[in-house]
Amino acid sequence: MSVVDRPPSSSEYEPRFAGGYDLTRPEKRFVGQHLFVAIVALMIGSLMGPLQSFQFSGVDLYPYLDPIIKSYYQGLTLHGVLNALIWTTFFIVGFTAFTTMKGLGRSLSHPRLNQFGFWTMVVGLVMTAIPILTNSATVLYTFYPPLKASWAFYLGLTLVVVGSWIEGWGFFLTLRAWRKDNRGVRSPFIALGGIINAAMWQIATLGVAVEILTMLLPWSLGLIDNTDPELARTYFWFTGHPLVYFWLLPAYVSWYGMLPKQVGGKLFSDSLARLAFWMFLIVSVPVGFHHQFTDPGVPQTWKWIHALLTYSVFFPSMITAFTVIASLEYGARKNGGTGLIGWIRALPWLDPSVAAQLLAAILFMFGGIGGLTNASYSLNLVIHNTAWVPGHFHLTVASAVTLSFMGISYWLVPYLSGRQLWSPKTALVQAWTWFVGMIIFSNAMHVLGLLGAPRRTPLGDATYVPEEWNGHLLRVSIGGGILLVSVIMYGVVMVKTMRTERVAAELVPTVPIAEPIRSAQLTPVWLDTFKPWLIAAALLLLIAYGPQLVDQIWNMNLNAPGPDSTPW
Amino acid sequence: MSSGEDGAPDQLVEHLSMGIDPYEKNWMRASIILLVIFFATVTVAGFSMGIQVVGADAEVDPRIVTDSGPWAEPGVRMIRPGEYEAYVIAQTWAFVPREIVIPVNSEITIHVTSPDLQHGFKVTDTNINMMVVPGQVSTVTYTFDEIGEFPYICHEYCGRGHVTMAGVVKVVSSVGEEGTP
Repeated sequence: MSVVDRPPSSSEYEPRFAGGYDLTRPEKRFVGQHLFVAIVALMIGSLMGPLQSFQFSGVDLYPYLDPIIKSYYQGLTLHGVLNALIWTTFFIVGFTAFTTMKGLGRSLSHPRLNQFGFWTMVVGLVMTAIPILTNSATVLYTFYPPLKASWAFYLGLTLVVVGSWIEGWGFFLTLRAWRKDNRGVRSPFIALGGIINAAMWQIATLGVAVEILTMLLPWSLGLIDNTDPELARTYFWFTGHPLVYFWLLPAYVSWYGMLPKQVGGKLFSDSLARLAFWMFLIVSVPVGFHHQFTDPGVPQTWKWIHALLTYSVFFPSMITAFTVIASLEYGARKNGGTGLIGWIRALPWLDPSVAAQLLAAILFMFGGIGGLTNASYSLNLVIHNTAWVPGHFHLTVASAVTLSFMGISYWLVPYLSGRQLWSPKTALVQAWTWFVGMIIFSNAMHVLGLLGAPRRTPLGDATYVPEEWNGHLLRVSIGGGILLVSVIMYGVVMVKTMRTERVAAELVPTVPIAEPIRSAQLTPVWLDTFKPWLIAAALLLLIAYGPQLVDQIWNMNLNAPGPDSTPW
Repeated sequence: MSSGEDGAPDQLVEHLSMGIDPYEKNWMRASIILLVIFFATVTVAGFSMGIQVVGADAEVDPRIVTDSGPWAEPGVRMIRPGEYEAYVIAQTWAFVPREIVIPVNSEITIHVTSPDLQHGFKVTDTNINMMVVPGQVSTVTYTFDEIGEFPYICHEYCGRGHVTMAGVVKVVSSVGEEGTP
């Protein structure tokens, strides 16, 4: 029973919530820089998305963008890279820097290391953006070889990832320093959650790092002539699926550790919040073959094993559903909410930050159900690479994640800049328009997918479109139009907020940090320790990926040169 | 750790436990049961209901695949009555052949490969859905038991002509009606 650090009854050992720690001006600026890049990327990328949706109804606005954007696919590449990779990564790293400092109640232990990481990411972003904007990397965000982009595109993406690794090391070192000063104290959840995510990211991105450094970069530089496209797909999806949990877990940090406070409640279970995060650390990565069910070159057995492992992600998701909803209910009932579901009305729906995150979570339930379909070894055949898939991930990354991040920014940007949110009403309308637009868009995309419409295709030009698709194609455009209005409103709220005068410190929003109902100090030590979980992650990875990956690398056939001329 | 008078052991037990709410415990149990049901249904559906997911069948050299062998003359061949095979080349930006004609209730094994980029091969309203990857052969066997036209559409981005890349499986009442395969 040596794990009992200190008797829990003594008030001296109450967990120390660092809610009182105020970031210094340079620290706030540092976090703000991440958000600035993220939001600029989101704005540019999101202007492209609706153009794709309008094209579906035959309204092709791309010719008007010439010579800046030359094709639907260049626009789609921008949309995917900027929204799915840049907006998310910069926001997440910035937010994790914030939750690490705020949660632990101290500065980063190696601020220069983190600054170096940030600027590496920025240099990477610029290197990635130039070839995309000059139409020499119109390869979409999956960049499947032998589609060959400019070497700068691959190197740029590598630097973005490496920069995010370096920042992650800064977070680990900060946690280690904190632990040294706080022996026997449970690490605050918002800090631990963000850092678990950073650890998962370091494991997950090994796949794409190997893909780029050993195959795509040498190939684009002319050092090797050919690629092994199937091996590249296996590398890519090693990273590609955990990528979605990398996006999601920061939103979970907020849903578990902040949103309950915003609704006047507490975190229902600190233990289970941590358990869910640890489970995501171990089961996020060894599931990538469920993106390759329809791939030649991967045996059915491995696909099936990954299908089962993917389903195990269902378990922490179910814990999350219960714990987050129970935390919200706790707050709502304290605010006078009653009834079996009537308490939902007692949540502060008029707070744009709360509304955005609640709506994001509602959309995520449907995203999760669709995800179970995608992960099904057999059902996947119906929807793989159809319009269903973008329909699905617009409920997850573009709603659960993006709308939550927007909601977070509604208090975080004012906090960091020492201002108040400009026009909370506009922000509230923004959240609802995103919700409504996404329901229309996403539902139509799901239906189109079931009818057989391919993804990544300008369906407005397709000759094989039957009559019955037309109504759904129109709904895609309408949804896209509403989302365009919504994202512009978001940009306006952000810009206007930054243009207001700074206000007195007591008028600036405080950082919501939810206390757990049961003291975190009562949470078992094994739920606050990296080692066993990292070992479990490595073992599971070795079992689930080792044999097939070794086989594919061992039998590597670099024999695909790609077409003679640029295909886009 | 068994002093047991002043409630200390209880406190310790609570200290070490996760303190899970009874309702949530039941929820977690139900989740695990649901999970096992999912495992079972996916396994049964995937392996004993005639659903075929593509596997690791054959590898080719995409640089020379169309020079000789079956891929030099892509198309549909009858192996014996009621059993057909098709070799399909997916390339920028067309399928060769663009049409597969077979009689109803016949079994067809379709092999697809690509000499250039990655493509997709999905036959609408069927369970045929495969990636087409240079260097690999995607193979599926399927029985068409309904007369009609089933378009096959490229569903992986392969450049500016991707949207035009489609063909059609024509299932006819008997061979010869619409051109002998």
